Amino acid sequence: MRYWFPYPLLSLSLLALWLLINQSLSPGHIVLGTMLGIAFAWVMVNLQPDKTRLKTFGRIVILTGHVAVDVVRSNIAVMSVILRTKTRPVNSGFVAIDISLRDENALALLACILTATPGTAWLEFDRQTGVLLIHVLDLQNGQNWIDLIKRRYEAPLKEIFE
Amino acid sequence: MNHLTDLPVWAAIPVCILLLLGSAITLAGSMGLIRLKTFYGRLHAPTLGASAGTILICLASMITFAVLQNRWIIHEVLIIVFVILTTPVTLMLLGQSALYRDRIEGSNDVPRKATGEDADTSAADI
Amino acid sequence: MNELFIIWSILASQVLLGLAMGCALFRMARGPRAQDRILGLDALYINAMLLLLTFGVRTANSIYFEAALIIALLGFVSSIAFAKFLMRGEVIE
Repeated sequence: MRYWFPYPLLSLSLLALWLLINQSLSPGHIVLGTMLGIAFAWVMVNLQPDKTRLKTFGRIVILTGHVAVDVVRSNIAVMSVILRTKTRPVNSGFVAIDISLRDENALALLACILTATPGTAWLEFDRQTGVLLIHVLDLQNGQNWIDLIKRRYEAPLKEIFE
Repeated sequence: MNHLTDLPVWAAIPVCILLLLGSAITLAGSMGLIRLKTFYGRLHAPTLGASAGTILICLASMITFAVLQNRWIIHEVLIIVFVILTTPVTLMLLGQSALYRDRIEGSNDVPRKATGEDADTSAADI
Repeated sequence: MNELFIIWSILASQVLLGLAMGCALFRMARGPRAQDRILGLDALYINAMLLLLTFGVRTANSIYFEAALIIALLGFVSSIAFAKFLMRGEVIE
């Protein structure tokens, strides 16, 4: 079973994507989408991604809610920064954070979260030292950002992935 | 005019508000491209249009067609998912390559690499 | 009254998105360095996609949505390719 369907979740989401693109639920499209999903799952086997087991689904829901709230809040913050550049100079800067996450998928998710929220951008992660370099648009206090990211994103991601 | 005359008032008002708000936020983000002084500052600007602008405008068109033609046009959902998934990846790679270029040129505005001076980015390819 | 209101607000949002495209185009044409130009191009793609969506609302033609989907996909791929090119000097390794 595991041999024929190496990544069942990926196959299912590819099938859903295929049906959404074609906007139909006809049997032909379902068969074609299933075949595509299984074929691409085999392609993924050759790419050899790290397998991770997700734990604690409640945590995932809470994290998603946090991210949504933060995206809305930082949208407003960045907009006010941009619209007030004439009166108030922008003090942006780099922040280096020591993080202890090592799981590849967790790091990728953290990168997407940080870059999707306006106001913070992921620049570089050094795998030897575990130092993450981000750029913050409205940098008042670097320590605040470090604490925020460690508490709000890194701890839940660690709980989910490790 | 055409089909939009059939839109009832209770649906027209949120559609108008969402459209105007979404495009205004996108405009604010693009103004950031002009107004901000450094490249790394400008890196934050397009995220506004990509996250808030896309979601609001797609919501407006979803409401319109759900009310008018009584069918959910699914393409908006796909557009939201694609844009949300892909924009961070683009900006991340762009920021990384800008950092790499600045380091090669020996610019003093960017922080040095933590381990030594070699500008090898092969370890940082996420 | 009602339809006038919605037509005008669609028009206004199209004008706003056009201005946003102008800003992105300015950064693309002007940008001091190559990464600025690519950033401008990426923003231009997203703004053009949103403009197509408003056209779709205005005309109720589903072709516009498919075009917006394709722009979203191809814009992503081209920006990634440009960013890779800046970093390594080649796109496919």
